[in-house]
Amino acid sequence: MTDTLTQTTLSNGLKVLLKEVHTAPIISSWLWYRVGSRDEIQGRTGVSHWVEHMQFKGTEQFPANLLDKAISREGGTWNAFTYMDWTAYFETMPADKIDLALRLEADRMQNSRFLPEEVASERTVIISEREGSENEPLFLLGEAVQQTAFRIHPYHHEVIGDMADLRSITRDDLYNHYRMFYVPNNAVMAVAGDFDTPSMLGRIRELFERIPAAGDPARLARPEPIQQGEVRLSVEGPGSTSYVQVCYRFPPASHPDFFPLAVLDSLLAGPSNLNMFSGGISNKTSRLYRALVDKEYVVSVHGGAQATIDPFMYTLTMTIHPRRKPEEALAALDKEIQRVKEEKVTKEEITRAIKQARALFAYGSENITNQGFWLGYAEMFSEYSWFETYLERLSAVTVKDVQRVANAYFQPQRRVVGTYIPLDGKGSS
Amino acid sequence: MNKVTSLPGPDDIYREVLPNGITVLSRSNFNSPSVVVTGFFEAGALFDPDEKLGLGEYTSLSLMRGTRNRTFDEIYNALESVGAGLGFNTGVHKSGFHGRSLAEDLPLLLTLLCEALTMPAFPRAELEKLRAQLLTGLAIRAEDTADMASMVFDNILFKGHPYSRPEDGFPETIAKIRRDDLVKFHREHYGPRGMVIAIVGGVKPENAVKQVKRALGGWQNKNQKETPALPALKPLKRTVSKHHRIAGKSQSDLIIGTNGPMRRDPEFMSASIGNNILGQFGMMGRIGDVVREKSGLAYYAYSSISAGLGPGSWEVSAGVNPQNVKKASGLILEELKRFVQEGVMADELADTKANFIGRLPLSLESNGGVANALLNIERHQLGLDYYHRYQGLVQEVTAEDVLATARKFIDPDKLVIASAGP
Repeated sequence: MTDTLTQTTLSNGLKVLLKEVHTAPIISSWLWYRVGSRDEIQGRTGVSHWVEHMQFKGTEQFPANLLDKAISREGGTWNAFTYMDWTAYFETMPADKIDLALRLEADRMQNSRFLPEEVASERTVIISEREGSENEPLFLLGEAVQQTAFRIHPYHHEVIGDMADLRSITRDDLYNHYRMFYVPNNAVMAVAGDFDTPSMLGRIRELFERIPAAGDPARLARPEPIQQGEVRLSVEGPGSTSYVQVCYRFPPASHPDFFPLAVLDSLLAGPSNLNMFSGGISNKTSRLYRALVDKEYVVSVHGGAQATIDPFMYTLTMTIHPRRKPEEALAALDKEIQRVKEEKVTKEEITRAIKQARALFAYGSENITNQGFWLGYAEMFSEYSWFETYLERLSAVTVKDVQRVANAYFQPQRRVVGTYIPLDGKGSS
Repeated sequence: MNKVTSLPGPDDIYREVLPNGITVLSRSNFNSPSVVVTGFFEAGALFDPDEKLGLGEYTSLSLMRGTRNRTFDEIYNALESVGAGLGFNTGVHKSGFHGRSLAEDLPLLLTLLCEALTMPAFPRAELEKLRAQLLTGLAIRAEDTADMASMVFDNILFKGHPYSRPEDGFPETIAKIRRDDLVKFHREHYGPRGMVIAIVGGVKPENAVKQVKRALGGWQNKNQKETPALPALKPLKRTVSKHHRIAGKSQSDLIIGTNGPMRRDPEFMSASIGNNILGQFGMMGRIGDVVREKSGLAYYAYSSISAGLGPGSWEVSAGVNPQNVKKASGLILEELKRFVQEGVMADELADTKANFIGRLPLSLESNGGVANALLNIERHQLGLDYYHRYQGLVQEVTAEDVLATARKFIDPDKLVIASAGP
């Protein structure tokens, strides 16, 4: 279906994308800031995520205890996410109530209070969030792998930050980070749903255009040097299940190779769903499932491609079969990786990957929140046309492209292999 | 483009009961190029013998491992080639299925559903692969603080009742299950009687029903057994606390609670509204305010009610540092006491009512959301006009109703306090 899309930039640099969708009396408003864990130095890791938490702690106009009640009372839903490259806030509301969300976002772009007592109580909440993650073997393994893969680039730490920094970050660290990055010229406002574009744009201008632009935030420029040789690591912890993660270097989403790699991901491990609100599909006829799960080296295998600004990783995660050793599973995986490098995939496999992507987009389009998400999300690493032309660019991928990128990116000397070794009651981590 | 301004109701929900007992519900949404097929049937874990607990789930998960017409790989190749999905699950009372595809592939989805339900082959090699996966899942469960706290909780609250048993069984019960057990379970419990199917999306309801008739209209099973009646529940006589130790974890999960209403109890709505005030509204209600916002003890702290066909539960859950379990328990107990002593304030009640009414369209936005609503109507006999009556049902609840319901179910001196962690 064709919907009206409007893009414009306000005089203070705030980019605005509006998409009318009149399928339900609902509007989803998303405010995206170009700030995430990539903007954090050692000693202040986790500061972006913590700032996101503080954005729920209120302004003079909307004190904390009124804020969430006001949204909930109107039947809205709201949340926020911090990622490596961005931080996003959304509210999905009955169409006639969206003004509350717009006023709230305009206000907290510059007026959040960061009261010391709120900082103190949020410190322990975030430490508790991290402790919950540390309960999960795959978090422990993933963190170790990522830290190893990125020694220089700030992608090396988890978005939640290191425990040492969560204990030492100060109120001023948080506030300075907020003031530097939460400026209109570093943000994208994306709204999808049941509205009339001229009046929505007018209201956004009224609320946001008076917020002054600021200098462009300082960025870290620490590209990761080329990895020279495979790195293997292990993490020990509680449990009786082993896991292996194999991470290859992956290009940024704006790179043309992203598309043949997306096809490769789809046929190797089932399509990664970049869509946050509608789940994925099973991967039981992917090459790796057939070679690893069917053959009982592992009980599950999943691939993970992510759309990022800088080169990141493609991660294959295997849950090892109780009767197998991690190295047996790795050897079986390597055979399949070798196969895509040596033999051309078939045209049918590419056609299949495209249909899978089409279905995933169709599932996502049922939901206004998801439509709002895509508008701004694509802007964070490319532009909205990246999303609009995604299927088209996938369709242009050839069997030659797939073989070429398999050889270019699946290089053993550029990968990190991590193993989670369960202590199975022996000793303690 | 049609705007879905109205909630599902008798005017746009198509309902038909097929001669073999299958109830089909359908609602079209031509704004969507996809379709959801979901439903349930009477083959829950209630039928599992204690020594083979997990049999019902093992059976439902085996259905897609091969049929008389197709191998496991052929089934999934057909599905995944078109970006479709279909899966089965098992709860205490029922088993269920959930599938989705592009609208053009609905016939394929229904064909595969029919094959899986009516002609599973239970191939031995596939069953063993599945068994290893189930056992790995149980090993992971044993290390999950939230899962284990929940098992401890159910075990105490529902002592001597089928609800005390986990549907996915235990390693020793899964190890005992043989192929013959699965075949027998399928023969005795899978049938059209009591089955409900909802189809929502880019398809005309009449067409959806016609396709269901073609796929499953001829299915019969004279051996299908009646679901056993639930035994009476033994009420708690005092507060019971139990900790399940899992070494090496950095966070403990805590659950404090008691019994709650059944879905069809007259108190269901007042309990839901009370629960929302207690531990959901805004950022997790009063519980979130005290445990998270004011004390900074937890990332999540909330309450929930679980109300189904039998006795329900009313629980407060939190993930906290192991050293803070006692402190968090104390705060939660204080809130529960306050809740049953003082009830709720007029402004809290008004806020929650507005929230319940306002959020309804959001929950019914997607095909999956509408399909679940249709199943909800059928499962609990709420009436096709339920979502039209919903606003009135919410509005008529008074603060006195909430207090009476809280007092009926929550006795702060008779609670289960379950935790799992180091």
